[in-house]
Amino acid sequence: MSDQSGMRALILVGGYGTRLRPLTLSRPKPLVEFANKPILLHQVEALVKVGVTEVILAVSYRAEQMEQELADEAKKLGVKMVFSHETEPLGTAGPIALAGEHLRKSDKPFFVLNSDIICDFPFKKLIEFHKSHGKEGTIVVTKVEEPSKYGVVVYNEQKCIESFVEKPQEFISNKINAGLYVLNPSVIDRIELKPTSIEKEVFPNMATDNQLFAFELEGFWMDVGQPKDFLIGMCLYLKHLRSADPEKLYRGPGVIGNVLVDPTAKIGKSCQIGPNVTIGPGVVIEDGVCIKRTTILRDATIRSNTWLESCIIGWRCTVGQWVRMEGITVLGEDVIVKDETYINGGQVLPHKNIGDSVRTPQIIM
Amino acid sequence: MLKAVILIGGPLKGTRFRPLSLDIPKPLFPVAGLPVIQHHIEACAAIKELKEILIIGFYPVTQLQQFVNDMQLQYNVTIKYLQEFTALGTAGGLYHFRDQIRSGSPEAFFVLNGDVCADFPLRELYKAHKERSDGLLTVMTTEATRLQSLNFGCMVVDKGTQEITHYVEKPSSYVSTLINCGIYVFSLKIFNIIGEAFNTKQDEFYKNGSNNVNRDTGYLQLEQDILTPLAGSGKMFALQTRNWWSQLKTASSAIYANRHYLELYKERHPERLATEKKSEKCSITPDVHIDNTAVIHPTAVIGPNVSVGTGVRIGAGVRIRESIILDAAIIEDRSLILHSIIGRNSHIGKWARVEGTPSDPDPNKPFAKMENPRLFNNDGRLNPSITILGCSVSVPSETILLNSIVLPNKELSRSIKNEIIL
Repeated sequence: MSDQSGMRALILVGGYGTRLRPLTLSRPKPLVEFANKPILLHQVEALVKVGVTEVILAVSYRAEQMEQELADEAKKLGVKMVFSHETEPLGTAGPIALAGEHLRKSDKPFFVLNSDIICDFPFKKLIEFHKSHGKEGTIVVTKVEEPSKYGVVVYNEQKCIESFVEKPQEFISNKINAGLYVLNPSVIDRIELKPTSIEKEVFPNMATDNQLFAFELEGFWMDVGQPKDFLIGMCLYLKHLRSADPEKLYRGPGVIGNVLVDPTAKIGKSCQIGPNVTIGPGVVIEDGVCIKRTTILRDATIRSNTWLESCIIGWRCTVGQWVRMEGITVLGEDVIVKDETYINGGQVLPHKNIGDSVRTPQIIM
Repeated sequence: MLKAVILIGGPLKGTRFRPLSLDIPKPLFPVAGLPVIQHHIEACAAIKELKEILIIGFYPVTQLQQFVNDMQLQYNVTIKYLQEFTALGTAGGLYHFRDQIRSGSPEAFFVLNGDVCADFPLRELYKAHKERSDGLLTVMTTEATRLQSLNFGCMVVDKGTQEITHYVEKPSSYVSTLINCGIYVFSLKIFNIIGEAFNTKQDEFYKNGSNNVNRDTGYLQLEQDILTPLAGSGKMFALQTRNWWSQLKTASSAIYANRHYLELYKERHPERLATEKKSEKCSITPDVHIDNTAVIHPTAVIGPNVSVGTGVRIGAGVRIRESIILDAAIIEDRSLILHSIIGRNSHIGKWARVEGTPSDPDPNKPFAKMENPRLFNNDGRLNPSITILGCSVSVPSETILLNSIVLPNKELSRSIKNEIIL
């Protein structure tokens, strides 16, 4: 047994995932497939690799569906999954207090993850770094181009965090909180069991006590909690796959750039797929289809001569012939789009039948 | 013996038909595969007694000569193009060329406006005219809605005698729902009436000077200068038709006329309609006209209501509906064309979407006519209309053109929605 085994991780799954509607009307957000794998599993698999044996999911709704679906996956991965139910939303810190009894089972540090984060989870380096500085907590930070939109993290050369500044008007730092932490069990004592923000109420105090360090993330990072960012995150992830594991990417006639295709999907003749496309299991793409920067979820059908860009196509949807969809169009589960329609920025709720074009972005109830 | 006159106006007319009329005279714009006025010629040539067709307008002879030659050969009837030296108005042109019309002493002559489309009931019109020995002219009329009638010549007709007792061109308040179709039969004696009107105008001009310096002194309008004074004189009669009839003012009306002429082919010229069996070129949803020289991929799906011109090339998986594709246009694989006119030599890339909005007559209102909405609405925005590409326009692959008008010789580089591209 290595010294990292027996570690625990808390994943903050939280609420209804409204920002990723209409997809989350059919499935809890952690189970929505990102690059053909539920978002949550990207994280759990990476955690298991560094010896995490117990994952605690802080959830506030629909736990049953998740428990069922995740039970199998957990078994496969040999990890114990525990559900920590919030009866009221507890913010980003409250769930840590709520799950305190699980997290205190060992005196080893534990991971805390926001559930929407996609990156090349560097948990091994992270834990090494955490041990090297010997303080209570480590925050993963990532570089952004426009820090004024976020809360930035200010730290010294030894990576010891000095302060947090919300939406800085003048440039102070381009590093933001990436939503991944390693904390010692002692941090649990800093949190009360009530709605609490870890970013605003816990970390600033730890910084004042010089107990918080920053770990700089290399490579891509994205919060994929809403459709626009989901697609940006997919592009980054596929680019990462190109260098990290190019065998996983699809090769075939008419494929351009980084494309991920489940082996059970069928692709017709004279198609142009890519760049940046993910095609899920059981999907059927008929002849002469052009798809760019799009995710197509399980068992959807795209009929011939259709053109898609920047779309998320929900499970079991049927998109007709000569359809054009673009502008972050998201189809919920089992939506039918009739032949020859044009949808620009439509958010379509599950089980809808679309016969008329939607030329300006709108929600179709 | 009978004659016919087709009044086609000139290059200053038909501006609402731009950009389609920028490179081809509007009377020669192909609808259902034939130039607009070939439909007129065909209707005239179908009347045995009709021996001569005179086309009057002020387009340069060079623009019409080839067409006139072709038509003479095809229909075996004398056809002449008579060029006015300037715009003389509908009656002024007739009067100017009165000797040509009178020569050979026809019993009567038809006059057809070049910018109408119809299932022309010329034989019935002539029969009605002949039955009234006292009549100088018979006007073909049709029913319009109360509101739309204000855009046309309106007339009151005696129910018993069919005499036109009152005539107003484009009234500002409601007069009648019976409107002038711009299709007439005249007796030669009409020239006495037109002559009087001409002389009155000339007298006025030399006494008082013209009140419109831009117009020739011989300018006479058939509607205002002849029909209005003649109403109630016992010399002018109406024949109401229930046949299809429409004006051809805007480009949108070309799509509408295309559909109706194609429908007429079913009975009279089925050989002009493409069928899947005959063409074996591609899937056809009737009615469709495809020129024999067009090259179409077998996986394309075309129709309904599409005309495809000479030398057009259509790629794999292309879909076209309610559109006119003019000569030598190229539509690349997988593109979709809806409610649009694609100009000569235009090029549409792969997976492009070219889409317009039709402004067809309201199907829920009986006798509703084509609306010819203004280009812009009151907010200064472009009204949704069909999409029109002038000649030699190039549309890049994977773009969308929606409710837009592109002037000739333009190479587009992006998607365009609700815009006019100069």
